[in-house]
Amino acid sequence: MSNSNFTRRGLLKTSAMAGGALAAPTLFDGSVWADAHSGYLNAPTGSTVTLGFNVPQSGPYADEGADELRAYELAVEHLNGGGDGGMMSTFSSKALQGNGILGKKVEFVTGDTQTKSDAARASAKSMIEKDGAIMITGGSSSGVAVAVQGLCQEAGVIFMAGLTHSNDTTGKDKKANGFRHFFNGYMSAAALAPVLQARYGSDRTAYHLTADYTWGWTQQESIQAATEAMGWKTANNVLTPLATTDFSSYVAPVLNSGADVLVLNHYGGNMVNSLTSAVQFGLREKQVNGKNFEIVVPLYSRLMAKGAGENVKGIFGSTNWHWSLTDEGSKAFVKSFGEKYGFPPSQAAHTCYVQTMLYADAAERAGTFNPCGIVEALEGFKFDGLGNGATEYRADDHQCFKDVLVVKGKDNPTSEFDLLEIVEITPRAQVEYAVDHPMFAGGELGKCNPGA
Amino acid sequence: MLGLEKKDTSLLIIVAILTMCAPFILNPFPADSAMAQFNAGYPDLMQRFVIFGIFAIGFNILFGLTGYLSFGHAAFLGIGSYSAVWMFKLLGYNILPGIFLSVITSGLFALLIGYISLRRSGIYFSILTLAFAQMSFALAYSVLTPLTNGETGLQVYNSDPQYFHSDAMPNIPHLFGQEMQSTYTLDAGAWSFDFNTGYYLCALIMLGMFYLAIRIFRSPFGLMLKAIKTNQTRLNYTGLNPRPYTLAAFVISGMYAGLAGGLMASMDPLAGAERMQWTASGEVVLMTILGGAGTLIGPVLGAGFIKYFENIFSKINDTVLHQWFAFLPDGIEDFLIAIVHPFVGKGWHLTLGLMFMAIVIFLPGGLVEGGQKIARKIRGKKAEDDAPAASDTTPAE
Amino acid sequence: MDVIILQLLNGLDKGSAYALIALGLTLIFGTLGVVNFAHGALFMLGAFCAVTLQKILSLSFETIDPTKTDFLGNPAKIKTPYIESWFGPELGSSIIDWSVPLAILFAIPIMIGVGYIMERGLIKHFYKRPHADQILVTFGLAIVIQEVIKQFYGANPIPTPAPDAFRGSFDFGTLLGFDPNVVIYPYWRLVYFFFAALIIAAVFGFLQFTTFGMVVRAGMADRETVGLLGINIDRRFTIMFGIAAAVAGLAGVMYAPINSPNYHMGMDFLVLSFVVVVVGGMGSLPGAVLAGFLLGILESFSSMNEIKQILPGIDQIIIYLVAIIILLVRPRGLMGRKGVMED
Repeated sequence: MSNSNFTRRGLLKTSAMAGGALAAPTLFDGSVWADAHSGYLNAPTGSTVTLGFNVPQSGPYADEGADELRAYELAVEHLNGGGDGGMMSTFSSKALQGNGILGKKVEFVTGDTQTKSDAARASAKSMIEKDGAIMITGGSSSGVAVAVQGLCQEAGVIFMAGLTHSNDTTGKDKKANGFRHFFNGYMSAAALAPVLQARYGSDRTAYHLTADYTWGWTQQESIQAATEAMGWKTANNVLTPLATTDFSSYVAPVLNSGADVLVLNHYGGNMVNSLTSAVQFGLREKQVNGKNFEIVVPLYSRLMAKGAGENVKGIFGSTNWHWSLTDEGSKAFVKSFGEKYGFPPSQAAHTCYVQTMLYADAAERAGTFNPCGIVEALEGFKFDGLGNGATEYRADDHQCFKDVLVVKGKDNPTSEFDLLEIVEITPRAQVEYAVDHPMFAGGELGKCNPGA
Repeated sequence: MLGLEKKDTSLLIIVAILTMCAPFILNPFPADSAMAQFNAGYPDLMQRFVIFGIFAIGFNILFGLTGYLSFGHAAFLGIGSYSAVWMFKLLGYNILPGIFLSVITSGLFALLIGYISLRRSGIYFSILTLAFAQMSFALAYSVLTPLTNGETGLQVYNSDPQYFHSDAMPNIPHLFGQEMQSTYTLDAGAWSFDFNTGYYLCALIMLGMFYLAIRIFRSPFGLMLKAIKTNQTRLNYTGLNPRPYTLAAFVISGMYAGLAGGLMASMDPLAGAERMQWTASGEVVLMTILGGAGTLIGPVLGAGFIKYFENIFSKINDTVLHQWFAFLPDGIEDFLIAIVHPFVGKGWHLTLGLMFMAIVIFLPGGLVEGGQKIARKIRGKKAEDDAPAASDTTPAE
Repeated sequence: MDVIILQLLNGLDKGSAYALIALGLTLIFGTLGVVNFAHGALFMLGAFCAVTLQKILSLSFETIDPTKTDFLGNPAKIKTPYIESWFGPELGSSIIDWSVPLAILFAIPIMIGVGYIMERGLIKHFYKRPHADQILVTFGLAIVIQEVIKQFYGANPIPTPAPDAFRGSFDFGTLLGFDPNVVIYPYWRLVYFFFAALIIAAVFGFLQFTTFGMVVRAGMADRETVGLLGINIDRRFTIMFGIAAAVAGLAGVMYAPINSPNYHMGMDFLVLSFVVVVVGGMGSLPGAVLAGFLLGILESFSSMNEIKQILPGIDQIIIYLVAIIILLVRPRGLMGRKGVMED
C-alpha cells in the first residue's frame, strides 16, 4: 500500500528524499543520485522503463504524428540495442550502450493528442497515472506543447517537447521539467532575414498574413522585427481566423497594397491553403514597384509542403532539420529511418528521435530517472552528432541553441521527397538571444518537480 | 426515501453503489496482464466519466424533457472552466469559489443565450445556440486571448495574485487542504486500485446532481416540460405560456454544464478553448442520444461510453496488439493484427463511428432501451407478458 | 471601389461553394425530412474522386536509372506513368493535367451510386425515426467515411492542381478602367463560379420543367397526398437523394484545385452548410442558394482590413452573427416554409 500524489502501482518504497532540495554540484556527477530508483513519481521498479509518446493521431496533423511515432519506435529500437543504432554511433556523448536506459529495457505507450490541449492532457495523464510513464514527449503544435508541459511540471515527470515553434514554449510558458529541441519563431526570423535581404534587397515592403492565435502572433512579431531591422517596411499585418479554409479574400487585396513581399505566418493546413490561394492569384508572376513579387513562408514542414505541391517552388522558409543534410549524424539517421520505413524522415520525426536520445542519455549520465537528476544533466548540456551540429541545451530556459536551416522550395525535384533545398545554414551565434529578450520575457522555470 | 418513489430510490442507490465502487469495477484486470489495457480505473478517466456524466444529465434536462436540441451547450462548459481558472488565478487554489462562480456565470450566459434562442424552436433554435457557441469559441481562441489565453488555454502562473494563497497550502487545486490529485493506491495481489480524492468529490456532486435531476423529472415543473415536448400548441391553447418553463430548463441545464466545466478545471487547472467548439457540443448530444434521451441514467452511460473509447481505444498500438496475439503462430498473428489495426490506435474514430451506427440501428432508443430489451429476452417468454411491470424497476422514463 | 469589386468577386466564389453544398442538403431535408450529417462527407468524397482519378491516371511503372541515386544512395527508380507510355509523353501528361475536369465524368456515376446505396441501405430505415436518431446515424456514417478515406490517403492535404490552361488570373480591372493588377481574379475560381451557376440552374430546371421534378415538388409539399394518388414517391426520393449526393460531389470535385483536399474537409464545411441552409429557410431551395451567396459575400467583406480595423475579429464570427440576426428578424430564415423542422 502506498499513499502518494499522482501515482499508481508499485511505489512501495516511497522515501522522503526531496530531489529539488539538493544543491547542484558545479561539476556534474551522477553519483549524488545515490537512491536512483525511488523518491520520485513512477520510479521504474522492474526491468523495464515506460516512456509516453503523445502525438496527434487524428485531426489535420495526423500524418505528422504518424511520422513522429515512427521516429520514436526507431529510437526505442536503437536504445534497446536493435537495428543499426542510428545516431547513437554519431552522438558525441557515449553514455548509451544499447542496453536500454540504465540497464532497463525501454517500453512505450502511445496516445492521441487530437491537437487539442484538453485531449492532449487527458492522454498524457492516462500515461502517467495508468501506465506509469516516466517521461512524456511529442506533439505537433505549440498550444498542445505548452499545455502538456504545464501538466508534466505539476505531475512531476519530464516533458521532451516535439514539434513546437512558438516563442512561448521556452519563453513565458517555460517550465523546469520541460525541454525543447526544436527551434522557435525568433530563430526562424533571425536566420531568414539576412537571406531575404541578400536575395530580395533591403528596399522591400512586406504584407503579413498571420494565423490569429498565439503562435501566429509571436511568429509575425519576430519576422517583422527582424526584417524591419534590415530596412524593410511593413505594409500591413492581417490576422486570419484559424478555421479559414479559403484565403482568397485575404490574398486578393495584397497586390494593390503597395507591398512587394507576402509573408505567410501560417502552419499546416492554413499554410497549404493560403499559399495555394496566393499562387492561384498569380502573385508570383506580378511586378510591384519594379520588383518581382515574392512570397515567404517562415516555417516550412516538408510534409505540409507536399500538400501545397508545385506551389512551393522557389519560396523561402526555415526548418529545424532536413534529410538532405550531409553530416554524419543526419546520414546515419536517414539511413536507418529510410531502410526501416522506405522514405526519409521529416523534421518532426528528427526532433522527436533526438529528444528521446537526449533524455535517455541524460538519465544514463545522471544515473537516475529522477526528473531532477535529468534536469540537472540536461541543463547546459553541450553535444554534437545529432544532425544539427554543435548544440547546447541552455540552462536558463531549456531551449536548444543550434544552427538553423534556411530552405527554398526546390525548382526541379528529383523525387516526391525532394521538395526543399538548403540555401544556407545560419550559425548559432546569429540566432541566439538573451534569456530576458522581450519576446521571451514573463515566465520563470520554477523548480524541478520529482512528483513525490 | 428522500421524497422519491421506490423505483427512483433503487435507481439512485444503484448509481451510488456503482460510482462509489468504480475504482474496483473499472479495474477488473490484473495490472500486469495484457488485458490491463482495458482498465479504465485511473483517476483522470474516472473523473472524466462523472464530470461528463453531470454535463450529459444537465443536457438531458433540456433535450430529454423539452425536446429542444441545443447544439451549443459546450459554450457553458467552457465558460464554467474559464470562471473557475480565473478564481484560481485571483483567489487561490481552493476550488469552492471557482465552482461557485462557474455555476453562476454559466447560468447568466445561459439566461442571455436562452432568452434569445428560445424565441425560435426546432432546428432554428439549434442553429441559434450553435451560432452563439461557435462565436464564443472563435473569440476565445483569438480576440479574447487576454482573457482566455487563446490557443494554449488559461492556466495559473506563479506570478498570479492568488490573494488567499499561502505557502502552507498546496500549490494545486484543493478543497480546504485536501488535494484533488492525491490518490491512495491499494495493491491487492496482482490487482491495483486507485482511490482519488478528486474523483470522489466529483462522484458525490454527480450523485447530488442526479438526485436533483430525478426530482426535476418527477416534479410538476418536469411534467410541464414534457407537455411542451409533446404538444406545444395545445399547451398554448390552455392559456399557458411555455417560454418561462423552457427558459428555466435551459438555464438549469446551462448551470449543470457550467458545474461540469468548473469541476474539470478543478481536477486539471487548465481551460482550453476547444472545450467550446461545436464538436464538443456535438459530443454531449451524441452522449445523450447514445445512452437514451429522456431516460435518467442514459446520458451518464453515453458519456462513459464515448469517453471510454476516446481514452482507451486510442492508446492501443501495434506493440500492444503483438502482445495480445503473441501466443498465435506468426502468420495468423500478423493476419489478425492487420485486421484489428485499422480499428484501434489512430483508427479509434472509425470504431466510434461504427458503434454509433450499430447502436442507433440495432438499439433504437439508445443503450438504456437496448439494455431493457436484452433484459426482457433473458427473462424469457413468460416474463414478456408482464414486460411493462418489469420495466417499472428499470429507469424507463 | 476596386476593393469592393474584388471582395464581391471573392464573395460570389465562396458563396457558390456554400450554395452548392446547401442546395444538396436542402434537397435531402426538403424531400426526405432527414437531417443528414454525412453531407459534408459526400462533398469530401467528391473531392477525393478528383484525387483518385489523378492517382489512377498517373499510375506508374518504375525503371531503374543507374546514373542517379535516391535518398539512401541506392540507384534511383524513375517513375513513368503508364498513360504517358501509351499515348506518348505529351498527350499523356496533358491527360493527367486535365484530371480534375475529367473527374466530373468520373464522379457523377460514383456519387449517384453512393447516394443510392446510402438511401436504400441506411437512410430509408430512418424516415420515421426521431431527428436525434438521424443525427446520430449520419454522424456515425460521416466519421466512418472520413476514417476510411484517411486510411487510404492519409491526413495530409493532397495537391490536385487545375489544368495548366486555367492557371494565373484574369485582370478585371482593365475592363473597368482601373490600373492593371488592381482587380485580378484566378481563372479557375471563375470557372468554379460558372460551374456552380450551371449546376444550380440545372437542378432548378429539372425540378421546374420535368414531370419527375413536378412530382418531387408535390411530394415535398405533401408527401401523403402524392402517395395516395398512387405515385411511388419513395422511388423518386431515392433518385433525389442520388442527385443531392451528386451535387455535393461535383461541388467537391471542382473545389479540389482551390484547396488541396484532405480527409476532414467535409467536417469543416458541415456546420457552415447547416447554417446556410437554416438561414435560407428550411425546405426552400432558392433560400439555400440565396443564403449561400449572401453569407459568402458578407464573409468576404468582413475580412477587409478597413472593416477589421474597426471591429477586430469580426471575420471570425460574421457568419454566426448574421445567422443570429436573420433568424431573429425572420423566424423561418430568408424563405423558409412554415412547419418544416420546427418541432
